[in-house]
Amino acid sequence: MQQTQHTDPEALLARRLGDDALVMGQRLCEWCANAPTLEEELALANVALDYLGRARFCYAHAGAALDRTEDELAFLRDAAEFENLLMVELPRGDFAFTMVRQYLLDVFELLYFAGLSQSGSKGLAAIAAKTHKEVQYHLRRSRQWLRQLALGTTVSRDRTEAALDELWGYVEELFAMDALESALVDAGIGVDRQALRADWMLEVEGLLSQLELVKPAADWQVHGGRQGVHTEHLGHLLAQMQFMQRAYPGLQW
Amino acid sequence: MPSAPKTSTPAKATPVTGQQAEVRLLDSISPQRHALNVRRRESPDAYLFDLLDAVKDPEIPVLSIWQLGILQDVYRHEERVTVVITPTYSGCPATSWISQQIVQQLQAAGFAEVAVEVRLAPAWSTDWLERSARRVLREYGIAGPQTTACPQCGSQHTRRVSEFGSTPCKALWQCLACQEPFDYFKPL
Repeated sequence: MQQTQHTDPEALLARRLGDDALVMGQRLCEWCANAPTLEEELALANVALDYLGRARFCYAHAGAALDRTEDELAFLRDAAEFENLLMVELPRGDFAFTMVRQYLLDVFELLYFAGLSQSGSKGLAAIAAKTHKEVQYHLRRSRQWLRQLALGTTVSRDRTEAALDELWGYVEELFAMDALESALVDAGIGVDRQALRADWMLEVEGLLSQLELVKPAADWQVHGGRQGVHTEHLGHLLAQMQFMQRAYPGLQW
Repeated sequence: MPSAPKTSTPAKATPVTGQQAEVRLLDSISPQRHALNVRRRESPDAYLFDLLDAVKDPEIPVLSIWQLGILQDVYRHEERVTVVITPTYSGCPATSWISQQIVQQLQAAGFAEVAVEVRLAPAWSTDWLERSARRVLREYGIAGPQTTACPQCGSQHTRRVSEFGSTPCKALWQCLACQEPFDYFKPL
């Protein structure tokens, strides 16, 4: 699809945020019937629902300007057309990996959606304000789990540190700006991701040091999600998620 | 979150039991809820609100969408009725079911043209709950959002089992006095 030149930048940002939320929500859904306890199963599914709801709002907002339905945006685009962050498409891994990713993302989203709730776009500001409330709740839980895993057994601690190691190189993409988002910042619509890094570090480094977890070295980083260049994992996720619409176009529940 | 306007000074630092909690709640109606009540009272289409009192939350069937603060507005323009609702949580699956019920209810009352508009701002919060909703919830066995006392026996000696429960709006708690698990309507 060739639209970056001539389509509404605000709609493209909304679609991008929708991609983040949809892929994250789909990953969390994979825990259904796989979670360690019933309570965690409910919690993961509930968080997943918040993400799917957010994806729908974003796609509805983007779709109005891009002349696409929510379903078309979710189910009829290929991996290269998705612009989600690489971090959210990584396989769910073990429970520690899922919770560490959630924590790193929750801290970011808390800052990002607080900013976006002040957006000059009424539509985006409304979605962000709604999202921000839910993220606060997500963070409460993921932060608590990080504590519990770090201070639990040597196994849970090792797994937590392994997850941090594996995820750390994907963190920088959270703060990356490109021409689209920079222009939207100038227009009073977007959020300057770079400006969120200091607060994010303050919280995350603070908690890691309190829990005496080793902060991974920032000696590698991966980008590409925003340009549609993905890990091999996204294709598999989409194949599963999009199967019904591809096999039975226009199918309704 | 804006705090509720105080119409009287509450008694000082008494421990909150079930009954006293209710006395305190009479003083606390949020500005958001107040605005909603005024809108209904002053609406030229108040009968439409009355009709929609029959639409309940599928997960908490003792509460109507009005009591939950999901129903924000309803008005008629010539033949067309527009209903404005706000979702409790972004992904709450009940939202689309509720929309269908609204359309059915109004069509059954003879309004052929019904539009349901989902409004996100201002975002729903538990401040939107109607005052009576808290009592109804407790009688139904759901605690909160302002107290985690056991809805069965009233004990304050309770613990959180999980931040999340059977629906997006609830968490799972347990009473340590009577041992019963219960849903807690979480404040948002």
